[in-house]
Formats: sequence, C-alpha cells, structure tokens
Amino acid sequence: MEPSSNIIEVNDLRTSFFTEEAEVKAVDGVSFSVPSGKTLGIVGESGSGKSITSLSIMRLIQEPGQIVGGEINFKSDNLLDKSESEMRRIRGNEISMIFQEPMTSLNPVFTVGDQISEAYRIHQGLSKKQALQKSLEMLELVGIPSPKDRLKRYPHELSGGMRQRVMIAIALACKPELLIADEPTTALDVTIQAQILRLINNLQDELGMSVVLITHDLGVVAETCDYVAVMYAGKIVEYADVQTLFESPKHPYTVGLLSSLPRHDIDQEELQVIKGMVPSPTNMPEGCRFAPRCPFATDLCKEQLPTLDDLEDGNQVRCWVYSDKWDGDPEVNVKDDYGTATSS
Amino acid sequence: MAETSVKTQQAETKPPSPQLENMKKVYKKLKKNKTAMVGGILILFFIIVSIIGPVLTPFDPDAQDYTNRLASPNADNWFGTDHHGRDIFTRIIHGTSITLYIGFSSVLLGSVAGTVIGIVSGYYGKKIDAILMRSMDVLLAFPGILLALAIVSILGGSLQNVIIAVAVFSIPVFARIVRGSTLAVKKLEYVDAVRALGASDFRIIFRHILPNIMSPIIVQATLRMATAILAASGLSFLGLGAQPPTPEWGAILSQGRNYMWDDPHYALFPGLAIVVVVLAFNLFGDGLRDALDPKTKG
Amino acid sequence: MLVFVLRRILQTIPVIFGVTILVFLMIHLIPGDPAQIIAGEAASDAQVQQMRDRLGLNDHLLVQYGRFLGDIMQFDLGNSIRSGNPVSAEIGSRFWVTFELAFFSTLLSIFIGIIAGVISATKRHTFLDTSIMVIALFGLSMPNFWLGLMLIQYFALPPLQWFPVSGWGSIEHMVLPVITLGTAGAAIIARMTRSSMLEVINQDYIRTARAKGVKEQIVTYKHALRNALIPVVTVVGLQFGTLLGGTVLTETVFSINGLGRLVIDSINARDFPIVQGTVLVIALLFVLVNFLVDISYRFLNKRIELD
Ligand SMILES: Nc1ncnc2c1ncn2[C@@H]1O[C@H](COP(=O)(O)OP(=O)(O)O)[C@@H](O)[C@H]1O
Ligand SMILES: [Mg+2]
Repeated sequence: MEPSSNIIEVNDLRTSFFTEEAEVKAVDGVSFSVPSGKTLGIVGESGSGKSITSLSIMRLIQEPGQIVGGEINFKSDNLLDKSESEMRRIRGNEISMIFQEPMTSLNPVFTVGDQISEAYRIHQGLSKKQALQKSLEMLELVGIPSPKDRLKRYPHELSGGMRQRVMIAIALACKPELLIADEPTTALDVTIQAQILRLINNLQDELGMSVVLITHDLGVVAETCDYVAVMYAGKIVEYADVQTLFESPKHPYTVGLLSSLPRHDIDQEELQVIKGMVPSPTNMPEGCRFAPRCPFATDLCKEQLPTLDDLEDGNQVRCWVYSDKWDGDPEVNVKDDYGTATSS
Repeated sequence: MAETSVKTQQAETKPPSPQLENMKKVYKKLKKNKTAMVGGILILFFIIVSIIGPVLTPFDPDAQDYTNRLASPNADNWFGTDHHGRDIFTRIIHGTSITLYIGFSSVLLGSVAGTVIGIVSGYYGKKIDAILMRSMDVLLAFPGILLALAIVSILGGSLQNVIIAVAVFSIPVFARIVRGSTLAVKKLEYVDAVRALGASDFRIIFRHILPNIMSPIIVQATLRMATAILAASGLSFLGLGAQPPTPEWGAILSQGRNYMWDDPHYALFPGLAIVVVVLAFNLFGDGLRDALDPKTKG
Repeated sequence: MLVFVLRRILQTIPVIFGVTILVFLMIHLIPGDPAQIIAGEAASDAQVQQMRDRLGLNDHLLVQYGRFLGDIMQFDLGNSIRSGNPVSAEIGSRFWVTFELAFFSTLLSIFIGIIAGVISATKRHTFLDTSIMVIALFGLSMPNFWLGLMLIQYFALPPLQWFPVSGWGSIEHMVLPVITLGTAGAAIIARMTRSSMLEVINQDYIRTARAKGVKEQIVTYKHALRNALIPVVTVVGLQFGTLLGGTVLTETVFSINGLGRLVIDSINARDFPIVQGTVLVIALLFVLVNFLVDISYRFLNKRIELD
C-alpha cells in the first residue's frame, strides 16, 4: 500500500510526564500508520501507553504531561504544528475519540441532547433546533430505542451500554475521518461489548472512516481489526496485519498475549499468563523492556534495546532473536518454544 | 498478577502502622509545604513571645502615665500608648499568653469532650449513636458564636466562662469528625480480629482506634485554635469575656474603638495581632491536613 | 426524592425539640431565681412572687416546658423586661434588618468567592492563584469586628468619608457592613470553589468536552463550573445561617439595630426573655436553612451520583 493512502502517520511520538520525582516516558518513540478506511488495533497490557498515545494524537495531554517529540501527520499536516484553535476545529470534527469509561465520560448536568448538539453547534454552526434534530438522527443511527425521549434525559438515567452509544453518537456526529476508540467496551458487559463493537464496525463502513481501536483484548482485535500494533512499556514491539500476527507472531510478548487467550481449537490445561509485571515507567530496564519477563532473554537483551525491524513475513518486530547479533539458541522458535520455555 | 502483588504488600505492612515512620513522613511533607512552615514558625514565635516576652518588655503593662496618653507609635512606644498612657506594645506582648491560653484550653476541652462523644457514638452505634448525634445536631443548630454567646449570657462574662463557651461550641465539630473516622476504622478487618482475640472495648478503643483517628483530630484542633481565638476575642470585644484591665487583645480592641477618630493606632495593633496569630494556625492547620491526607502527594 | 425529604423532616423534628428544650432550660440554668431574673433585678419581692405565679414556675419542669412549647406555637415568647413589649414584637421589628444584612453579605460572598475561586483554579500554581489564596486566608483569619473598625477608620472617617459610620437603611449604609460580614464567607467560598473546580477539571467528562472541540473557556465556565458549584451550595447555605448568627459583632461595630445588637443589649441589661427569644428564632431559622440546603443539594446531586 502506498504511504499517501494513510489517513494518519505517527512518527517517533514521545510523550512524557514530568512528575516531581522523574520524567515518566509514557510514550517513547511510537510509530505507526493507519491506511484510509482501515482499522488499526493497538493492544497491550494496561499501563503500556495506549491511552496516552491516543490523547497525544488529539493533543489533549494535560499537565504535567507533554508531547516532547515526533510527528503526527494527519492528511499530510503535522498535528503537532497546529495552533490550539486549529486543533479545536479538528477535534470532534475530523478526528473523534471515544473513551473507556462510559459511566463518567458524559457530563452529569447536561442532557444527552445538549451534549450531542454541542458538536454540531461548534463545528457546523447549527441553530439549537437544527442541532437537536441532527442529534436525534444520530441517536437513531447508534441504535438507541425511543431516541426522542432519550434526547431529554440526563446521563444518570441511562445504562452503561446506552451511555457508550451516546458517546459514539457524539464522536460520530460530525462524520470524522478518523475515530480513536480507547477501550470502548472494557467497562461493559460481555453481550453489550459485542453490540458496541459491531456498531462501530457498521458505522465505519457506512461513513467510510478509519479507526484506531485500542484494547487489551486480542480476541476483539481478531474480530475487528485489519492491522495490529502491540505496545509494551511505551514502545511498539510488534506490528503486522491481523492475519500475519495471529498466524506467525514473532515477539515473545505477542506470543505470550496470544497464549493467554482462551482457545476453542485445542484443549488447554490452563490459561497461560505472562509472569511478572509491566516495569514501572520510572524504573525502565536498560535493555529490552520485556527482558525481565521474557523466557528467552539473554545478556544481550538485558543490556541493549532492540530496534523495530522489518521481517520477511511482513511483521515489524522489536526483538533480538531476529537479528544477526542474537546470542542465544540460534534454533529458537519463539512461537513453538514459548510454552516449554516458560514452564522450565 | 498485579492484584496479587498488591495484596501481599498490604499483608506485609501490618496495622497498626509504625507511628514513628509515619511521623517522619508527615514531617517531611510539612517541611516541603512552605505555607505550613510559615504557620508553624509563627506559632512557635508566639509561644516563645508568650513565655519570655513579658520579661523583655521595658514597660509594665498596667503602668499608667497620664502625661503620655494616646501617644502615636514612636521610638519608645512602638505601637503607641492607650488612654491611660499604657504602652500598647507591652500590653499586646502580655496578652499573647492569654490568647494562646484561651485558644488552647478551649480547644483541649472541646476536643476531648468531642472525641469521647464521637468514639462512643461511632463505636457503639445504634441508639447511643442516634441520641448523641442528634444532640450534636442540636448544638450545631446555634450558628456562629450564638451558642457561645448564649452560654456566656447564662454563666456571666469572664475569661473562664469564655473558655467553656468556646469549648462547647467546638464539641460537635470534633464529635462528628471523630465519629466518622471511628466508623471507618471499625470497619477494618483487624479490629474484628483483635476483638475475636478477646480484647476489651476499652483496649480496642485506646490501642487501636484512637491512634488511627489522631490525624483528623490534630488537624481539626489546629484549625479550631484559629476559630476559638477569633470567637473568644469577639466575646471580649463585646465586653462578655476578659474584662479590662486584662490585656486581652479583644478587650484592648474594644477600648481602642472609642478612640478611633484621632488615634487609629489603638484599635489597629491588637487587631493585627489577632490576624497574625489566627493566620498562623490556619496556615499550619491547612498544611497539616495536606500532609496527613494520604490523597495528596508530595 | 420524596422519601429523602420525609426522612430529612423526621431527622429535623428531634433537633427542633432539642433546640426548644435548650432554650427553655436557659433561664433555669442561670444561677439565681428565674422569677427574679424574668421580673428584673429591680423588681420588688411582691413583683417577683407575682411573676412566679404568672409563669407557673412552681409547676413541674415538664409542665412548664409544655406551656413554653404552646406559647411558641402562638408566637408568644414572653415580654421584654426593659420595655415590657412582647418579645415577638421586638424581634419582628428588627428581624428584617438582620435578614437584609445577612442576605446581601451572602450575595457578596457568593459573587466574589466564586469568581476568585474559578480564577484561582484555572490559573493554578501561578502568582495570581497564590495571591488569591493568600488573600482568602487573610479574609478567613480576620476578626470581622476589627475589619469593620478598619473599614470605618479608612472609609467612613475623614479624610475620605465615603460612607456613613453607622446605621442602616440606604445603600451607602449597607456597603461597609456587608463587606465586613461577607469577607470571611467569600474566603470560604473561594477556597471551596477552587478545590471543587480542581477536582472536576480532572473528570472524564471534561476530557470528552475537550475532545469535542469545545473552547477551553467554555469547558471551564460551562462544563466544569456547573458541576463544581454543586458542593459549593452546601457552603453557601451554611454561610447564610452562620451570618444570621454572626451579625452580632458587625451590628455592634456599625450600630445597626438588628437582632444581633438586640441580643447583646439584652444580655448586658439582663433582659432574658429577649435573649431567649432571639436565640430561639435564629436557631430555628438556621435549622430551616440547613434543611432547605440539604434538600437542594440532594436534588442537584442526584444527577451526579453514579447509579
Ligand atoms: N498524569 C500522569 N502522571 C504521570 N504518569 C502518567 C500520567 N498519566 C499516565 N502516566 C503514565 O503513562 C503510562 C501509560 O498510561 P496509559 O497510556 O494510560 O496506559 P494504557 O492506556 O495502555 O493502560 C502509565 O503507566 C503511567 O505511568
Ligand atoms: Mg488506557
């Protein structure tokens, strides 16, 4: 695919929080792109920097956080060069975002109708009446029953699933070209999760937009995404199209995540879980950030940070195993040997 | 994974928490908080002044000198003199101990009584709780210094009665806070465990509950010092507290009021003294609250 | 909601009884003979005896309390010793002065407090924020009687003489007393508004508003402030009640003929029926205000509470 057909290209994005103790590098040199009309999934355990990445794209990082480097090219403009008022015209209009917490993401003192209308009034300069009419259409579109009545309701009168639909309605009101959905279903019941994901997928086709779907659930990725970026401790460790990633995952972390998925095709004794914890951002390992938890880690891994390199299969992976410098077992196959390596 | 590790950590730091460690942490936080430090140093300053100030002042607070009435501030009389020719600076220095004494004893009385009521209420719950808390509501129904005023009107105006009045007016505030904290501590698992081991109520309250609710009590006591000093000086200003010639600041102020037109210094300085001492307790209390509140960082 | 109101009423009733009991007991707690106290120190033995019979002071305390309650219901609070007028009339004639003073002071503290608090929160950790908070702390630490005296000194006495030194009635009369009484409240509301704003500004829905492309000013004044003001309501209500009781000092400083001065003058003159009556009225009013504040807070907060 040609690079020009990407709706957004993120290059070496760095976002840090300057706390009293130290600089927390929440996003540390992240690069990815989203082809127009496609869905990119970003997966990773909580704390790996997924939300900060998406908020950086929206330029909504709050003190003490700051975007310290990189570029975010959206339709050939670098968002990091835009003024605050230019950004405001993009937010909610060309790029929209849905958040993880539907329960707290709507303003409790305004009606649903007011909150959707606001987007139309800001970006399209509609009158109150016109905006409400459009909001009503939007509520219908996101599948809220008796939308006319719901328009006048306050958020506390709606269920979590309904609230997330309202959030989607707000985000899609102005038909954005890019939607960033940050764990849109994590806080919801399983049955409702599927509905919301299907809704996003359908609307994507209908409106022809591109989507960045953030999740820590690889199952969701398999069902909805075209491409996947796996994030770990502020960096992307693997990037591939969905099929490649699921069929031949390369990075031990990706393999670990995959083997912690419940599977129907094989009999599993128990779910594999990656041992250990995400390193604290103030105390990052010197070498590969996954090394302390990696069953294959060698001295090289503990000392030097690998780069994100292209592999023949089409994956990009940040792992020493695939480099010339690899100092471990030359015959190692991360995918096949993962189980035995962890249990030993 | 993350969850299990958090749990083990909790199990390791066994309650009751090591008090000394805690105090060090609080002290560190306090030291970083500039306003709290200013407040603390000012309080210390006032305490020192109240002890050694009277020895150092060149004048007798009660020495009248009618040749030098209502002198404006000058090199000898820094704050000027009053209508009896007494040195106002000296009188304010001598009044410092009275102010601190009123504040401290009323807060001590009020906090002890309030704490007892709050603990009994929170610990025993049910009917006792209902009765005690409704009684506190009744006391709280007398707004501002009205309750103190009512009490002084019953007991008569004197320094001692002002202390009692201001103490009573602090009781419900302490009782409510202590009750809340007691309920929170009582819910902790280890209190149940201790009870299961056969500890008496008395022991549970003194060994386990009281140490755990000290922080809010101390914070409130500090802030309450400010309120108490304000209320007491107000009562004295109204002529219902310390009586002249006691060099109580509110009382000096109420006399200075009569000489405002020509001698503004008379009312100015005792008021400033009250402002600074109250400010000191407010600053320190605010800082303490931030330092003792686990929610605020650094 | 209705259940809440009913429960709150049920809670308030014992408090009202408690207040009446305390006020009733006041006269009996004073060292000395109640009959003598009510008849006045100058009264002769015969007059005291007559008073004792009239008030039924030899009856059982409970009987007396019952009678006291009955009298209250009919707005009969006894008679003033000094003037002989009914206490209710004395209170009635002064009530509105104090009410006005407290009302305008509350208004001033809301106005100044909220503006200062919002500015402080939006400019947090700047010089402006620090200055506002230091001023607020001063406002909180100033004895209001002293503030009143200083305002008189510098704005009512020569050379400026912008405002009258004392009295009540015209706008000019109101300015200094309202500032005097409103300052502490403004300080409290400013601090409260600031911390409430800082809490709200970190909420998820604020981020949603920003992600929608809303201007920062509108985020602050529409999306954040509306939510931040809800807890401030409680403070405002409490403030108004506290001011009702706290006007005593301000009224004394500015020689305003309100309830506060009535109490003080009556305490000094040992005119106990008036003291008793005024304290009762202010306390009951305060209970009422708190009740209304609680209900409105609950009403406003309903939307905020999760499920
Ligand atoms: N306000 C903040 N102050 C300091 N560090 C922060 C702040 N917000 C986020 N971080 C850091 O950024 C890291 C990534 O956070 P986030 O993007 O929310 O993770 P994810 O969405 O992948 O769960 C966190 O581990 C945290 O250490
Ligand atoms: Mg997240």
